[in-house]
Amino acid sequence: MHPAPSLIAFTVLSGLGFGLLACLGLGLAPTERWTGTVFFALGFGLAGTGLLSSTLHLGHPERALKAFTQWRTSWLSREAWLACATLAVAGLYAALAVLAGLTVAPLGWLAAALCLVTVGATSMIYGQLRTVPRWHHWSTPALFVGFAVTGGILLAGQVTAAAVLLALLGVAQFLAWRAGDRRLAASGSTVATATGLGPRVRLFEPPHTGGNYLTHEMVFQVARRHATKLRSIALVVAFIAPAVLLMLPFSHALAAAAVVAHVAGMVLIRWLFFAEAEHVVGLYYGRPVG
Amino acid sequence: MLGPEGHRRTDPMPHRQPALDLSPPVSDEVRKTTCYMCACRCGIDVHLKEGKVAYIEGNRDHPVNRGVLCAKGSAGIMQHLSPARLRAPLRRTGPRGSGQFEEITWDEALGIVAERLAGLRRTAPEKLAFFTGRDQSQSFTSWWAQAYGTPNYAAHGGFCSVNMAAAGIYTMGGAFWEFGQPDWERTRLFLIFGVAEDHDSNPIKMGLGRLKARGAKVIGVNPIRTGYNAIADEWVGITPGTDGLFILSLIHCLLKAGKIDADYLARLTDASVLLDEDPRSETHGLYLRDADGKPQVIDRRTGHLAPWDGEGVEPRLTGSLRRAGTTHRSVFHRVAEAYLDARYAPETVAATCGVTAERIRRIAAELAHAAFDQAFEVAQPWTDFRGKRHETMPGRPVSVHAMRGISAHSNGFQTCRALHVLQILLGAVETPGSFRFKPPYPKPATAHPKPHGKVRPGEPLDGPHLGFVHGPADLLVNDDGTARRIDKAFTWENPMSAHGMMHMVISNAHAGDPYPIDTLFLYMANMAWNSTMNTSAVMEMLADKDADGDYKIPFIVYSDAYSSEMVAYADIVLPDTTYLERHDCISLLDRPISEADAAADAIRWPVVEPDRDVRGFQSVLVDLGVRLGLPGFVDAEGKAVYADYADYMVNHQRRPGVGPLAGWRGEDGAAGGRGAPNPEQLEKYKENGGFWTAHIPEEAQYYKPWNRAYQDWAVEVGLFDAPQPYLFSLWCEPLRRFQAAAEGKGRHRPPEHLRAQMQATMTPLPTWYAPLGDGHADPVEYPVHALTQRPMAMYHSWGSQNAWLRQIHGRNPLYLPTALWEKYRFQEGDWACVRSPAGEITVPVAHMAALNPHTVWTWNAIGKRRGAWALDKGAPEATKGFLLNHLIHELLPERGDGLRWSNSDPITGQAAWFDLRVSIEKVRAPRHVYPDPPPQASPVPPAPARVAQKVRP
Amino acid sequence: MTALPNRVERKLGLVIDLDTCVGCHACVTACKGWNTENYGAPLGDADAYGADPVGAFLNRIHSFEVTPDEGPAQVVHFPKSCLHCDDAPCVTVCPTGASYKRSEDGIVLVNESDCIGCGLCAWACPYGAREQDPVEKVMKKCTLCVDRIYNDNLPEVDRVPACVRTCPAGARHFGDLSDPDSDVSRLVAERDGMDLMPEQGTAPVNKYLPPRPKDAELDILAPLLEPVAETPRGLLGWLDRALEKL
Ligand SMILES: Nc1nc2c(c(=O)[nH]1)N[C@H]1C(S)=C(S)[C@@H](COP(=O)(O)OP(=O)(O)OC[C@H]3O[C@@H](n4cnc5c(=O)[nH]c(N)nc54)[C@H](O)[C@@H]3O)O[C@H]1N2
Ligand SMILES: Nc1nc2c(c(=O)[nH]1)N[C@H]1C(S)=C(S)[C@@H](COP(=O)(O)OP(=O)(O)OC[C@H]3O[C@@H](n4cnc5c(=O)[nH]c(N)nc54)[C@H](O)[C@@H]3O)O[C@H]1N2
Ligand code: SF4
Ligand code: SF4
Ligand code: SF4
Ligand code: SF4
Ligand code: SF4
Ligand SMILES: [Mo]
Repeated sequence: MHPAPSLIAFTVLSGLGFGLLACLGLGLAPTERWTGTVFFALGFGLAGTGLLSSTLHLGHPERALKAFTQWRTSWLSREAWLACATLAVAGLYAALAVLAGLTVAPLGWLAAALCLVTVGATSMIYGQLRTVPRWHHWSTPALFVGFAVTGGILLAGQVTAAAVLLALLGVAQFLAWRAGDRRLAASGSTVATATGLGPRVRLFEPPHTGGNYLTHEMVFQVARRHATKLRSIALVVAFIAPAVLLMLPFSHALAAAAVVAHVAGMVLIRWLFFAEAEHVVGLYYGRPVG
Repeated sequence: MLGPEGHRRTDPMPHRQPALDLSPPVSDEVRKTTCYMCACRCGIDVHLKEGKVAYIEGNRDHPVNRGVLCAKGSAGIMQHLSPARLRAPLRRTGPRGSGQFEEITWDEALGIVAERLAGLRRTAPEKLAFFTGRDQSQSFTSWWAQAYGTPNYAAHGGFCSVNMAAAGIYTMGGAFWEFGQPDWERTRLFLIFGVAEDHDSNPIKMGLGRLKARGAKVIGVNPIRTGYNAIADEWVGITPGTDGLFILSLIHCLLKAGKIDADYLARLTDASVLLDEDPRSETHGLYLRDADGKPQVIDRRTGHLAPWDGEGVEPRLTGSLRRAGTTHRSVFHRVAEAYLDARYAPETVAATCGVTAERIRRIAAELAHAAFDQAFEVAQPWTDFRGKRHETMPGRPVSVHAMRGISAHSNGFQTCRALHVLQILLGAVETPGSFRFKPPYPKPATAHPKPHGKVRPGEPLDGPHLGFVHGPADLLVNDDGTARRIDKAFTWENPMSAHGMMHMVISNAHAGDPYPIDTLFLYMANMAWNSTMNTSAVMEMLADKDADGDYKIPFIVYSDAYSSEMVAYADIVLPDTTYLERHDCISLLDRPISEADAAADAIRWPVVEPDRDVRGFQSVLVDLGVRLGLPGFVDAEGKAVYADYADYMVNHQRRPGVGPLAGWRGEDGAAGGRGAPNPEQLEKYKENGGFWTAHIPEEAQYYKPWNRAYQDWAVEVGLFDAPQPYLFSLWCEPLRRFQAAAEGKGRHRPPEHLRAQMQATMTPLPTWYAPLGDGHADPVEYPVHALTQRPMAMYHSWGSQNAWLRQIHGRNPLYLPTALWEKYRFQEGDWACVRSPAGEITVPVAHMAALNPHTVWTWNAIGKRRGAWALDKGAPEATKGFLLNHLIHELLPERGDGLRWSNSDPITGQAAWFDLRVSIEKVRAPRHVYPDPPPQASPVPPAPARVAQKVRP
Repeated sequence: MTALPNRVERKLGLVIDLDTCVGCHACVTACKGWNTENYGAPLGDADAYGADPVGAFLNRIHSFEVTPDEGPAQVVHFPKSCLHCDDAPCVTVCPTGASYKRSEDGIVLVNESDCIGCGLCAWACPYGAREQDPVEKVMKKCTLCVDRIYNDNLPEVDRVPACVRTCPAGARHFGDLSDPDSDVSRLVAERDGMDLMPEQGTAPVNKYLPPRPKDAELDILAPLLEPVAETPRGLLGWLDRALEKL
């Protein structure tokens, strides 16, 4: 799939934002006064920017409100509702905390739960797609939530927890990649099922020499060689480097560096998340099976 | 209820969906005219909204397409709205080829042209060379050229498929192209040779669809398996240039097994005609004739000589006659001798053709099976030309179609003849289930005019330019042996060049050989690009100057509708309208739209008015004819006879009562075919959907060349003036006359250097010889055959300006067979340098397994020059699209005899596009294809960035 | 709206004959023409005359090459448009309800004025049957020519999709696939009509008729070529005898 910057920004930023808000809801970071204000601002800022950037992906952002109508069936619609509900609940929680100095724990827990459910809903936009076997797996929501929690904890300054989570998440991501690599083949969709023309079939001529929406959007390909290299870099930058930095004697500079590294790595991982995702429509466009 | 397999999460909420307008008005008005995206000429319904073209679909009532349209036809709206449309007459301001022009008025443009042409006409009319591409108004443009008096006129047929046309007409009085068709309803076995698309493109597809629906078998003979060959039940991936051998081998097998239609051969063909076998005779090898000149047969009833068409005569197929010490035998004797020879045995030809001997035998057996075991009779009595009544029409359900794949080779004429001989031996022409002619065919070669080329300053030419020669006496050569025509058609080199040789015009004019010309006047032929051989050199020739700095071809006038590559080389450009903005006439006088069971013609008319300062070319020619005072265009007082082309279409009479349009003639419009001009004629055509048809009576539907009812009907509707039954010619007398001349017989003798080749190629029975290029392009150095194919969704160069079509074919790879792909270790995205003796090109490659192992190919005419067609300079057509034409020279390389032979069929002059042999080398991918001529300036405004065309929501 | 209807009264769709399709692309431009001037926004083309043209089409013709174990390679032209799936994932993912399946005939449509152009439905479709319009930025897909097939302004014979009406080879058939007696259902039964990517669980309505076996070697015909003569003289003699019998 085409790794659209708006979607990478959306998933990375909203994940981090909701992760941080969840931590705030659970009281894993200071919620009051200036520090609280800064944390909440950061959380809402990240989540809000993420959500807004998702609209950049829309052909008609001015109609974005219509996306709230189909919550009964559509994960995107559910995500929209959940994001709003989350922002509302978390907003109330934050307002009480910051303005009135009142920390209403159950409200915080509700906000935290909503945050994680929202991230889960975001991930289900991708995870529900049978057409993209790499995504169509429980590991997709698990990792999204994992990233949100880890990022949140990291932002919240929970050094030890963050280091542990980083390690766990790194391993999980590694395993997920490995498993994902086999999923297209395992999905049962092949050029033979796509065409009904038997096993020894290949694309001879594409339907058009010009591009189209599908070739631009879905038939994106990263060379296997590049992907492996990028994955290694991502593992180092997103997990190993920040974990090591956190294990060093604490300083704000190092912690900030850890956050920056993790976020940079996460951007790369999300880039790979899209770029490596093979859509079965590629079978009609001569893309070799994974 | 859900379908039985329905399984789904149920929705507790009631299903809501928007209310749609399911019956929106389709348009304000439908105007019915004729498509022009190709020469198939389908009927179209043009839907107008607010006076603008909104949507085009096929006309259901139209005889050609019955409602269907091809990809181009449905995309006609984008052709009509193309940004490359020329806007006004142009005068060149920069050097030739630069594309720099200024717009001028029509009066200026026509004034300049008329003045120049008037001067030439007074002194040397041959200094005007007027050539007209894929002209659909040839009976009119040739008439203009004849009135002007230049011998130098032809349309594109010479480089297109004259082999097919001429071989058909010389052999059976009609050809494939769109001049005949398989009996789609009744045929059981259909063989298609060398066709990717063809002129009859929708009818062939419709026919194939019907065969498929009926389960009839289709065999495709073609080195490449795409399109029609892809759906063929069996594919014969023959090696290019060897079809003749394959066909003669089929004939060998059939003869050996006696699987021929002896009765048909005896009665309806020259197989029973006796040949003069006296070697001392002046007519040695020609038909034995009586005092009236009638070919002689042995009448089975009497055992004596009889004229072929004598009342009640029963010709003996194997007749012979001993007279004055010589035995004169029937043509069939020669057929048997020639083709039972072991050189046509399947084992002998298999390796050359790339088809196994078993396969050849099996296909021969299938032909026999279909023709004879599946034969049937149609209960329709008819009477033949000898007065014999037949109670039924025996059917032979085998049909054949072929086109440029066999004809665009230097052995194409004989290959096409061989194919017709195969059909005839099976009795599979004009019989139910086989191949059928469409009016005005059948029409034997002898009923066509001969070529004319006598120039008299200030006077019209002595007759029609093009025609059919019957021997050396008909050639257009001067006493000193030089050619009368600039293209050297009808000379010893290419004596039977019935369509002229347009591909030689520019190089001959540039060389001043046989004589220099002054004005080259072209109409809709992209001769600076895809319709020419040796494109790079031709571009140079068009812009080449002599020592005085004058252009070697002094003056070029060109009519195009769009900003093509050729436009850039014109001095004056006469902008044509699009096909929806003008009158046109699809006439029984040249290439009508008839069907096998009906004569039909059609018109185009301006369904919308042009929004630019452009004029229909034919009307422009009328205007020029008047300005020049040409006979037929002005009356005794010098006043214009026709106001414009529409007026000509209605009021011109070629012969009394016979005009360009056959429908609704006579004062009251009641006559079909013959009748006085009818001022309401065009209105009648429009009311009828743009066309006219006349159904052939039932008893005249088959056996047309010999069927009295057909002959009488044809006279009645004005196709000819008297019945003209004839015999099919297995034995081609005109060829024998040339061969005899090469043997040293007769008054007219070919030049010495041509004699050996003429004797070898001009055999009166079809023969096979290796493509002439093979003797020049060293098969070791250039081991690979290189071909082009027509893409179904593109028409030559015109399609690229079409926003929809260019997305389908915006660039073209060179397809390589598996063997070559693996040999050179190519991978997706690679490029190759392709060389021939004439040049080299560097192009992208792709892999194809369903391909003859010695052949590479690409789609034709996708490559474009930068700056042309209002395309962006980075358009893929220019950066990744390419032409093979750079590799195809109009002359063969010198071979040690100091001569450069034309790269054409030595009989007809047909351009041998498909003789090309190349070598291939893998190269590093460059940024764009090579050669890459400098961009031409665009005489039209830049194209819009987006298209989202809708007249009304 | 986004939910699929509980029941559809009919299942209108196409049956495409891969044994007959010559790959001419006629159906592609006929579709583009009709649907540009009719349902919804015109089908736009960006960079229409430029280096990278990208247009919206609702129907495209792919070409595949099959290399069987025996016999020569084959080319199969393969038209593809929306299959109007029974279990259309493109509908249920749509956040706005713009995508829906009609309950009366099963046609899957996009209500363009509701479409936000999120692209999710195109992601959900395994067949590549949806393309976002590059100019209008709304989702485009085959409408099964819903504004033709019921259109009272068209003569009865013309109430078929534009692609079906134009297909010169007659490779496209239109009808009700829920009716086992319809022409299309019969064709599917006779010719072993198949689903594309059945494993995706979309239950497509459109069916494909597979190519018939090709390049079969038949030897039963060999006796037909039993020689009657090896020499010209022999042939002529045989012919004389044969003709006398006539
Ligand atoms: N390599 C290779 N080359 C080939 C062939 C091949 O098979 N292989 N085939 C050959 C054959 S058979 C042919 S017929 C030629 C065809 O080649 P061309 O005859 O050159 O054909 P086009 O490029 O279609 O068009 C010629 C010109 O007609 C113009 N035109 C289009 N419509 C109109 C109109 O309404 N009015 C006027 N005045 N002009 C119009 C177009 O803009 C274009 O410039 O190509 C030949 N060249
Ligand atoms: N869509 C579309 N239709 C067109 C045209 C167009 O440009 N586009 N052009 C029109 C014109 S001007 C013409 S002349 C006709 C031509 O129509 P076609 O005769 O179909 O011409 P080509 O596309 O040149 O196809 C030649 C075919 O012959 C095959 N071939 C080449 N060499 C050999 C051989 O030695 N033996 C055999 N058996 N096959 C061989 C090639 O593989 C190819 O399939 O089409 C007309 N119709
Ligand atoms: S075959 Fe196509 S382009 Fe040619 S006339 Fe018919 S519809 Fe037009
Ligand atoms: S083919 Fe694709 S777009 Fe059409 S209904 Fe099925 S899933 Fe939806
Ligand atoms: S692109 Fe439009 S139709 Fe498709 S899912 Fe999004 S809103 Fe629905
Ligand atoms: S049914 Fe209509 S919309 Fe669908 S592919 Fe055919 S022409 Fe296009
Ligand atoms: S119009 Fe018919 S034959 Fe042509 S590509 Fe479409 S389905 Fe195939
Ligand atoms: Mo041609």
